[in-house]
Amino acid sequence: MTIRDQMQYALTGHGADFVEIRLEESDSSRIQYRAREIEEIGRTSGRGGSVRAAVKGGWGFVSFNDTDDLKSRVKLAVEQARAVGGEKTSLAETEPQVADVPPVLVNDPASVSLSDKKDRMDHYNDLIWSTPGIQSSTVIYGDNRRRVHYVNSEGAAVDQEFVHVICYIAAVARDGGDVQQAGFSIGSLGDFSLIEGLDDEIRAVGKRAVDLLKAPGIEGGERTVILDPVLAGVFAHEAFGHLSEADHVYESDQLKEIMVLGRQFGQKHLNIVDGGAIPSLRGSMEYDDEGTPTKRTDLIRDGVLVGRLHSRETAAKMGEAPSGNARAISFNHPPIVRMTNTIIEPGDASLEDLLSGVDDGVYVRNWYGGMTEMEMFTFSSGEAYRIRKGRIEEMVRPVKLSGNVFKTLHQIDGIGNDLGMNQGGGCGKAGQSPLPVSNGSPHIRIQNCLVSGA
Amino acid sequence: MADLLQNAKDAGFDQAEVYRITSQSEPIRFEANRLKEATRRDTSGAALRVIHDGRLGLSATTDPAAEGELPARVKELTPFGAEASFELPGPPGPDDYPQVQIYDEAVEALTFDEMVQTGQKLIDAVRKDWPELNCSASVSRGVHRQSLVNTAGLNVSFPQTSYSVGFGGELVRGDDMLSVWEGFGASRMFTDTDWMIESLVQQLEWARNTADTPTGQVPVIFTPRGVSAALLRPLLGGFNGKSVMTGSSPVGDRLGEKVIDERISIFDDPTIDGAIGSRPFDDEGIPSRRMALIDQGVASNFLYDLQTAGRMNATSTGAAGRGLSTLPVPGTSVLDVAPGDTPYEDLFLGIKEGILVERLLGAGQGNEMGGDFKANVSLGYKIENGKIVGRIKDTMISGNVYDALSKLEAVSDKAEWVYGSLRTPAIRCLGVEVAAAG
Repeated sequence: MTIRDQMQYALTGHGADFVEIRLEESDSSRIQYRAREIEEIGRTSGRGGSVRAAVKGGWGFVSFNDTDDLKSRVKLAVEQARAVGGEKTSLAETEPQVADVPPVLVNDPASVSLSDKKDRMDHYNDLIWSTPGIQSSTVIYGDNRRRVHYVNSEGAAVDQEFVHVICYIAAVARDGGDVQQAGFSIGSLGDFSLIEGLDDEIRAVGKRAVDLLKAPGIEGGERTVILDPVLAGVFAHEAFGHLSEADHVYESDQLKEIMVLGRQFGQKHLNIVDGGAIPSLRGSMEYDDEGTPTKRTDLIRDGVLVGRLHSRETAAKMGEAPSGNARAISFNHPPIVRMTNTIIEPGDASLEDLLSGVDDGVYVRNWYGGMTEMEMFTFSSGEAYRIRKGRIEEMVRPVKLSGNVFKTLHQIDGIGNDLGMNQGGGCGKAGQSPLPVSNGSPHIRIQNCLVSGA
Repeated sequence: MADLLQNAKDAGFDQAEVYRITSQSEPIRFEANRLKEATRRDTSGAALRVIHDGRLGLSATTDPAAEGELPARVKELTPFGAEASFELPGPPGPDDYPQVQIYDEAVEALTFDEMVQTGQKLIDAVRKDWPELNCSASVSRGVHRQSLVNTAGLNVSFPQTSYSVGFGGELVRGDDMLSVWEGFGASRMFTDTDWMIESLVQQLEWARNTADTPTGQVPVIFTPRGVSAALLRPLLGGFNGKSVMTGSSPVGDRLGEKVIDERISIFDDPTIDGAIGSRPFDDEGIPSRRMALIDQGVASNFLYDLQTAGRMNATSTGAAGRGLSTLPVPGTSVLDVAPGDTPYEDLFLGIKEGILVERLLGAGQGNEMGGDFKANVSLGYKIENGKIVGRIKDTMISGNVYDALSKLEAVSDKAEWVYGSLRTPAIRCLGVEVAAAG
C-alpha cells in the first residue's frame, strides 16, 4: 500500500461532513555563529500527521508524531467535531485535484556538502570581523526540506515538496551603554546560490553597525517617508495583507461592511496582489493546504478593494470564490487563511522623482519586522537616512513607523518603477510562525507617516 | 524503542545526553461568540547532544523510526561544532532539586464540557453589557513530560500540567476598531475567572471615548501588562549570559553597580508553585533557584547555562532552555518584579497630562540590545488631571529603559500576574517620548 492508499483507506466510513488527512516528513539543517566562532551546527528530522474533520460547522483537529493507526485518529477528530458542531458545514465547491508536485529546485542545498556550507559561513563571519570596532556578530544559515501528503473525503490527493534556504547576518558595535546593530535577512525557494556573492553586502553590514554609534536620532512625529522595496514589501504585508485575510472579516457583520468590495482604500495608482501562483518565491506553491489550486488574487486595483484571501470555509460563508490561501505551517496545525507572495505593483516614478518632491523627510530601508492589529500596523526599518531638499543625506538611528489602514494607504503619493522582493521573513498568526512568505514593492513615498523618535 | 543513550555510548562519543519530550495539548477555541474547534495535539521527540574530542554536536527527530540514525548524524556534525566549555552534569544530590508544584491531577481530570462552559460563560457575561462585541476565546489544558539521561549518570524527569483561559473581542464602530483581551495560565488548575470579565469590561469602558494624545515627554504609567510589553525585554536582554559573553550587553561590565532606580528589584524564579515556566531543574538538569537579576537597582546576576558559564569562568545558574532541535541557551523562566510603596490609584496623582500604557504593537522588532524600546500603543489611555479620559490612538512611544527607570516616579504596591510567567507591579516613570498622528 502506498502512503496515499493508507491515508485514503483511513478515511473510509468517517461519518463526518468533511475530513482531510495530512502526513509530513521534514529535514532541517542549521549552522549558527555567535561572535568569533561557530556556536551550533545541527540537523533535525521530523515526521507527523494530522486529521481535520467538520461536522455541522464545528471542527475537530488531531495531530500526532506517531503515524500508525490513522483510522483511530480520524475517529477522534470526527468525535471532536461532532462535540463542537451545531450549525452547518460550509465549504466552497472545488474540483478535487490529484497531483504530485516535485519541489522547485534551482540549486539544491542537499547537493552542497556540510563542510562547504560551513566554509562559506566562516568566510562571511570573518568579513564582519574585518571591520574595526565590531563587538559581536550573528551568522545563521538554514535549509529545510518538507514533503506533504494530503487527501480529503472528496477525493482530492495532492503531494507537494518544498525546499527553503535562509540566511541571517548581523553585526553589533558597542560604545559603553550604547549598543547598535545592522544586518539583513534573506531567503529563497530551492536556491542555495542565494547565499553566494554576499561579500560586499556583508562588509557594508559591519561598517553600518559601527557608523550607527555616531548617528543622531530624530524626533518622532508625522513625516514624509520614502520606503525602499524591501521595507515597502513589509508595509504591504502588514498594512493591507492581514485585513484582506477573510477569516478576520467573515463572521463580523460590521467588518464585512467596512471591508466592502468597491471601497476606495488608496489613490488610483495603488495596486496590490497576493498569490501562491506567482512563481519561484518563498510563498509559491501550486496547491494550498486544502488542495485548492493557487492563483494570483487582485486585492486592490486602481486604489479600490476588489478581492480578498480565502480558505474554502471563508469563501463559502462570504459567497466568494476560493483563492488558494489556506495554509498550515506544519502538520501540527490546521490550515488557516494566510498570505503567500504579496506585492505592490510598480508604477512609473523613478527614485529621483520620488526624492525630488521631498523637502525634509526620511529614507527608510531594510527591516526588522512588522505587526498588525485591526486597522493599526507597524513596520520597523533596519536603516534610516535624512532626506533634505531631494537628497539622501546623513544616516540616522533606525525608526519604527506606524500606520492606520484607513488613512495611510491614501497617503501614498508616489509609486516607483523598481519592483524588489523581500524573501527573508516569516509571517506569524495564530501560533503558526514563521510561515514562509515573500513580499515586494517598488520604492514608495508616503506623506504624514507616523514615525517613532529614535 | 532502542535505547538511544546506549546507542550513543556504543558509537564511542566521549559524553552524550538524550533529551526527550512528550506532550498532549487540548485547546478548544471559540470564534464569533460560539465554540468553533476542538484540538488534540500529541507531540514527542528526542534530541541527542554529544561532546566528542572537545566539540559539541546535536541532532534531533520527532520520528521514532529515525532515532536509530541520530548517532550517525551527530558523528558527521560534531567535528564542525563549537568547542565545549563544560562537562555534562552527574546525578543530583538528594536535596539538590527544589520541590516545585507544577503537576495538578485536576487539570488531567477536567472534562470537555467543563472547558466549554468556562469559555462560553466568559463570552456570555461580557456580551450582556456589550452585545456588539465579537468575541473569541480559548481554553486549553495540557500535560508535558520531559526526561534527561546522560553518560555522567544523570537520569531525571518530571511531568507538568498546564491550564490556560483567554478571551477577548473586537469592537468595530465605523473605521474605529478596538481589540480587548484578557487571559491567564498556570501549571495547575484555577477556577476563578470573574476577574477576567471585570478587566475586559474596564478596558471597554475606558475606551468609550477617544482622547487626543499628549505628545512630547509626559509621565507614563505602565500597567503590569504594559511593563511586560515595553520594559522587561530591553532591560533583561543585557542580563543574558550570551550577551555578556559577546560583550553586547550594556551592563556586562557593571555587575555590582547601580544601573537603575533602587526601587526596582527583579528576580528570575522557576521555583514559584503553579507558575508557567516553573520547574525543578533546567533543560540540562541543573537545579532551579530564585535569583536576583537586579536587586534594588543594582545589577546582581546574569543568566547562564553550562556552555556560557564555562566560557565566562562562572557557574550555570540553572537558566538553560531549549527546544528539541536547538542547543540549550540561557533564558528567563518566571520573572518576579518586587512591588513598591504606592497604592495603584495614587500613581495617577499629580498627572496633569500623561498616558497609561496597557498594550503595544511592534515592540521587540528592532534593536533593543542597548535598552531602547519603541512601539505603537495599541491599547492606551490619556490621563488628564489624574483621571482616565479616553483611549488614545495612532500613538507611538520611544525611549531607553535604563533612562526611563532612572527617572522612576513610583511603583505600585501590589504585583499582579501577567498571563502566567510574570508577576509585576505597575510603574510610573518619565523619559518616554510620545508621538502621535493627526
